[in-house]
Amino acid sequence: MNRRISIMRRLRPAVMLAVIMALMPAIGRGDGCLDCHATWEEGAKAPSKLIKFDVHFKAGLGCSDCHGGNPNADDMDVVRKTKGFKGVPKPAEIPQFCASCHSDPVYMVKHNPSLPTDQLEKYKTSVHGMRLFEKGDGKVANCVSCHSVHNIESPLTPTSTVNIQNVPKTCAKCHADTSYMKEYGIPTNQYEEYQKSVHGIALLVNKDNGAPACNSCHGNHGATPPGVTSLGAVCGLCHALVADNFAKSPHKKAFDEAGFPECETCHSNHFVQKPQLNWVGTSDSSLCVRCHAANDGTRGFAVADSIHMALSHLNNAYNRAVGEIDQADQKGMMVTDERFALNDVKQAIIQGANEVHFFDATVVTKTAQDGSAAADKIYNSGQKKISDYYFRRKGLGIATLLITILVIALYFKIRTLEKN
Amino acid sequence: MIEQKLEPKRVGKGLYTWVDERLKIATLVEYMSHKVVPKHRGSIWYYFGGATLFFFVVQVVTGILLLLYYRPGADSGYESVKFIISEVSFGWLIRAIHSWSANLMILAAFIHMFSVFFTHAYRNPREMTWVSGVLLLGLGLMFGFSGYLLPWNELSFFATRVGTGMAGALPFVGKFLMTVMRGGDDVTGATIGRFFGLHVAILPGLFAVLLSFHLFFIQRQGMSEPLEWEKGAAGPRKYYPFFPNFLMRELLIWLIMLNILAVLAVVFPDGIGVVHWPLGQKADPFAPPPPVIRPEWYFMFAFQALKFMPAHLLSVEGELIGIGVMSLGGLLWMLVPFLARKNMEGQKPILINAFGWVVVIFIITMTIIGYILK
Repeated sequence: MNRRISIMRRLRPAVMLAVIMALMPAIGRGDGCLDCHATWEEGAKAPSKLIKFDVHFKAGLGCSDCHGGNPNADDMDVVRKTKGFKGVPKPAEIPQFCASCHSDPVYMVKHNPSLPTDQLEKYKTSVHGMRLFEKGDGKVANCVSCHSVHNIESPLTPTSTVNIQNVPKTCAKCHADTSYMKEYGIPTNQYEEYQKSVHGIALLVNKDNGAPACNSCHGNHGATPPGVTSLGAVCGLCHALVADNFAKSPHKKAFDEAGFPECETCHSNHFVQKPQLNWVGTSDSSLCVRCHAANDGTRGFAVADSIHMALSHLNNAYNRAVGEIDQADQKGMMVTDERFALNDVKQAIIQGANEVHFFDATVVTKTAQDGSAAADKIYNSGQKKISDYYFRRKGLGIATLLITILVIALYFKIRTLEKN
Repeated sequence: MIEQKLEPKRVGKGLYTWVDERLKIATLVEYMSHKVVPKHRGSIWYYFGGATLFFFVVQVVTGILLLLYYRPGADSGYESVKFIISEVSFGWLIRAIHSWSANLMILAAFIHMFSVFFTHAYRNPREMTWVSGVLLLGLGLMFGFSGYLLPWNELSFFATRVGTGMAGALPFVGKFLMTVMRGGDDVTGATIGRFFGLHVAILPGLFAVLLSFHLFFIQRQGMSEPLEWEKGAAGPRKYYPFFPNFLMRELLIWLIMLNILAVLAVVFPDGIGVVHWPLGQKADPFAPPPPVIRPEWYFMFAFQALKFMPAHLLSVEGELIGIGVMSLGGLLWMLVPFLARKNMEGQKPILINAFGWVVVIFIITMTIIGYILK
């Protein structure tokens, strides 16, 4: 017993040392700033509440790493007098404040080597940056306006304000605020329109993160609205084939000369809708008649009409084939090959829609004719399946009738036989 | 010269005489003309053997027709079945009849077997007829199992993988048996080759031999009379001639079966409910298995019973015990005529009937549970 107590006594310093070493990281993570701020009034308390979600805090950075000062000082006056104390930056100071680390490649490579270090340079070229630095406009967006403050999260985190799913809302925080944006004279309905657009529905409703958010077209740190000359290039980032076709079309030169923004002229900007067949053509609802008329001295009106006819024919052929195949399918006929072949027609429809941007009727007509021929073949096959179905039913009816007659005849024969 | 009139009766008689001179069939015809079939309230059960035979003949005919276009192999099995049902004239009908007839054959065979069991028609001297019949049902089930894989679609592939995997659970011979069945470690094109050979050559050969014995026994021994007659129950015993009365009745049943088969094959070419065989997607060994893998309905009771077995029972694998118990049950079932000999002698066969009902209830319950539980 005594021997055991003696061993325990000898081990006591070692145990205490081990406990202190184990607690060291926790002690290190403790920040005097947070201890005090947690006890202050609501506004000053906020950072201590939010910071636990912050990507910097999680990476081991403390308050003093950004704000300077001595985190272990008990008195705020002492803290303020500490060399390197930055305190709370003014809006105009924030980009530089963040850039002190984020523009330092040597520093950033140690923490997040994949992160670019040109955000400040880009920001300076943006509308936000120019207004902030050149006009001293503190209302424009700076780093914390989008990334939030003290609870900054990686853009990959779903709850981050700059996660692609949240970007439209983050931008809308200012851009949809009519009173806040009043002095800038720009519309505030972008978010409303975007939500109803194909892009907005794809991103926000269908949760397709491949769909564009605001920054996909406008940039993020170098946020700039695409101009007349750059709009085609911006849309062409995703719609490369269409942009390429448009560049080869007669409209390219005409739009450039007239100063029309390329894609936006027909498709609008934030309120981009799924293209409809009647957009191209010569009816009142078509977009072509906004510029072209029957006797305007150009071929535009006739070309629009031809393209519309070709695409209408293709669409009708496709719908007719689908209807026939569906009907055959409902009757239990095997239509897997026909369904597979329909993909070629769908492809022709997509190709035709892309080729509209050539604004050359011969190109679209050729594609539409090929697609229509394929659709007609499928329709005929579906029709044959349906007639096969009725042939089967008729055959069954006749066969069943004959067998039934035979059964009845045999029954009476047996009765007669057994009666005798 | 007086020209002789060519009358059908005279032609028939002439032909008969010609054949009789060579094969001496007169004695056989004499024998057949005296053959009689007992007439009683359970006579209806006599027709299920004939119905099974009818469906088997349909299987042979449609199977041969399918064979004209079917190409076994992982690269051709699915494609050839698709070709049969979409391109070949009436190919869809032949496949539908083959599939429906296969299921109806098993159903008719089950009904036939249980009717024989509960009427105790297996008793002396018909023990060998019973044994050959049970073996024929076993071969019929093997026909179903081997034929199921041949379209090489998603369902058949995974069901065969599960089925052959169960054989692999057997002690000592399991691994060997599974490898022989699969032609390797997994179900591949080699498995189709084996199953195809089994389905169109080995099984038909064995089946033909056993069926010949089975029919020969029936013809020699005649239809079994009710147990009550043997025990001297009151009332006159009635019979009717096998030819033409019974044969014509049998023909009537066959025609009705043919009608049912035609309607089912045309209206539901891909089957319906739990009895269905849509071609679906081609088998892809790397694709995830379908959420529900179910065997054919006639294997469902065994499949479900094995699923209910615990992982281990007294340190022995539960599945192994399940297979062992069911194999033993099958063996007992086949040997019933020998085991029930005493039970048949003048007493009511209560024990045997109870055994039969336990088997019937077990099969029905497990099958229903198998389809209810996902």
